[in-house]
Amino acid sequence: MSATVISPVRRSAQEVRRVIVSNIGWVACGIALLLVIAPLVDIVGVVAYNGLSAFSLKLFTTSTRGTGGGLLNAIEGTFIITISAMAIAVPIGVGAGIHLSEYGSNKLGSTIRFLSDVLTGTPSIVLGYFSYIVFIIGFGWGFSLAAAAITIAILIVPYLARITELALQQVPNTMREAGFALGASEPTVVFKIILPGAASGVVTGALLALAISVGETAPLIYTAGWSDHVWNGKFTHSPVGYLTYVIWTFIDQPDAQSHALAFAAALLVMLVVLAINIGVRLVVRRTKFV
Amino acid sequence: MTIRPFRLSVLTLSLFIPAALSAVVLFLVLYSGQAIFFNGLHFITDINWNLGDLYDDPVTVKGVLVPSGANYGIFVFIIGTLASSAIAILIAVPLSVGAAIFLAEAVPPKIRPVLSLLVELIAVVPSVVFGLWGIAVLVPFIGHYLSPTGNGYGLLAASIVLALMITPIIASTLLDSLMQVPKENRESAFALGATHFEVVSKAMMPMVRTTLVGGIVLALGRALGETMAVLMVSGGGINILPTSLFSPISTIASFVVSQLDSAQADPTNMSVRALSEVALVLFLITLAVNAAAKLIASGALNVRNRN
Repeated sequence: MSATVISPVRRSAQEVRRVIVSNIGWVACGIALLLVIAPLVDIVGVVAYNGLSAFSLKLFTTSTRGTGGGLLNAIEGTFIITISAMAIAVPIGVGAGIHLSEYGSNKLGSTIRFLSDVLTGTPSIVLGYFSYIVFIIGFGWGFSLAAAAITIAILIVPYLARITELALQQVPNTMREAGFALGASEPTVVFKIILPGAASGVVTGALLALAISVGETAPLIYTAGWSDHVWNGKFTHSPVGYLTYVIWTFIDQPDAQSHALAFAAALLVMLVVLAINIGVRLVVRRTKFV
Repeated sequence: MTIRPFRLSVLTLSLFIPAALSAVVLFLVLYSGQAIFFNGLHFITDINWNLGDLYDDPVTVKGVLVPSGANYGIFVFIIGTLASSAIAILIAVPLSVGAAIFLAEAVPPKIRPVLSLLVELIAVVPSVVFGLWGIAVLVPFIGHYLSPTGNGYGLLAASIVLALMITPIIASTLLDSLMQVPKENRESAFALGATHFEVVSKAMMPMVRTTLVGGIVLALGRALGETMAVLMVSGGGINILPTSLFSPISTIASFVVSQLDSAQADPTNMSVRALSEVALVLFLITLAVNAAAKLIASGALNVRNRN
């Protein structure tokens, strides 16, 4: 408080109280921020420490056996479920985004936007249960890759659509007008001018959707089932293993070996999810400043 | 009017979204039809969920084939859902308001992006990893230091994990709007002799109140539907109302997951239909909460905006 030394103004009791209350307020806010961030640091630390100690070559070369073995089947399962879901969701999501951005400034567009938000807000277990009664029971597919991929696709399409729409909106209208002035058709303008111009935004959306599908559990329990074997190439009538299932069930087993597998699976999932999210945010921040 | 194939095809793709949503609602309603008829209003007021005797011959009640003694009531799970979400909000709101104020006003602008990135990253940690951390760290802590019975699984553990998961939603919403408060308002408050903290708490916070409420309701919607983390740390209490912070509970969402095996064992399929009704109730609750959040955020409920 050098200011008080230079000009020795006496503070009234009320003033002193206000300063004290303010300082207490700042300390409380600082503690709140610490309490918010500390669990994240602890989660990353605990998962990394326990997960790394379980890492070995065997983890990536052998499948689970009961509650032991490696994670090959789960890694492969998560990979094919994610790839299949993306294969379904990206064309639909990007197409929907194009419609919302280019032709969606009407009543139909805002209705689709609203329903898309409703779908985003729907708990993932509700989507999983819907797939269970339709695909597993209704179509008789059994726990299968097809049911799992469609469920995850329904989950991520709204994200893809909205992020694609936002990305396309960033492309200046003069670009569109220039294209049309040169006599280009609508598909040419969209695919050759607007989409390339918004490519980084669309890729960002796809990566975030990928991170979501790698980390999901609840909708898969009712659709993918679980299998100790690597995928046999069948889309239906054949359950698939996945990493988040290992985290959920193996941590409840009594032995240390299955706990180690659960943490190793969590570390793999966290690596993918955090790498994508940190990478995307760093790139987006940098382009914003340019 | 000419037919434009390109417009038509992207329109078709975007119609997948309403189609998927309608299909979800339609099939949940159709499939739970018999259960809705059989359960009536008892479904949401009854505390007893009993699959009945799955090995005995099924009986016909109200013209519906059900296992003998079957009774489906989800009052306990509704209470579990509301209680865990309410406590989670009580924990999360002060934490996220404090964190957002500190980030917006006290942290040097150079460090702010790093810290706000950390807060945002909490939101992307998968639910099942929160559950894993809950089992490995939080539940033993509660069992050792807080719980009189030594059992850490229960309402408090579920609420704390939920609070951690929704904190970034409230904090980022609030941080964004605090950063958008006009300079003039801050400077006027400073000029009146307010301390920096008084500027924030008395001049800036009232301006962002609506956004804060919108963020809280959005977070509530997320908490109500959260499944895996809650399932892993809640203790899975069934057919008994929670009496303390350490009582085992189930939420609507976690209950649906936990019932997979028993539902498959029911020869009449009635429990699968009843679970479909459970999922429908969960959908309607989150729909109502999310719609409220949207209304608040759009300013429709903000009286001061109307004049």
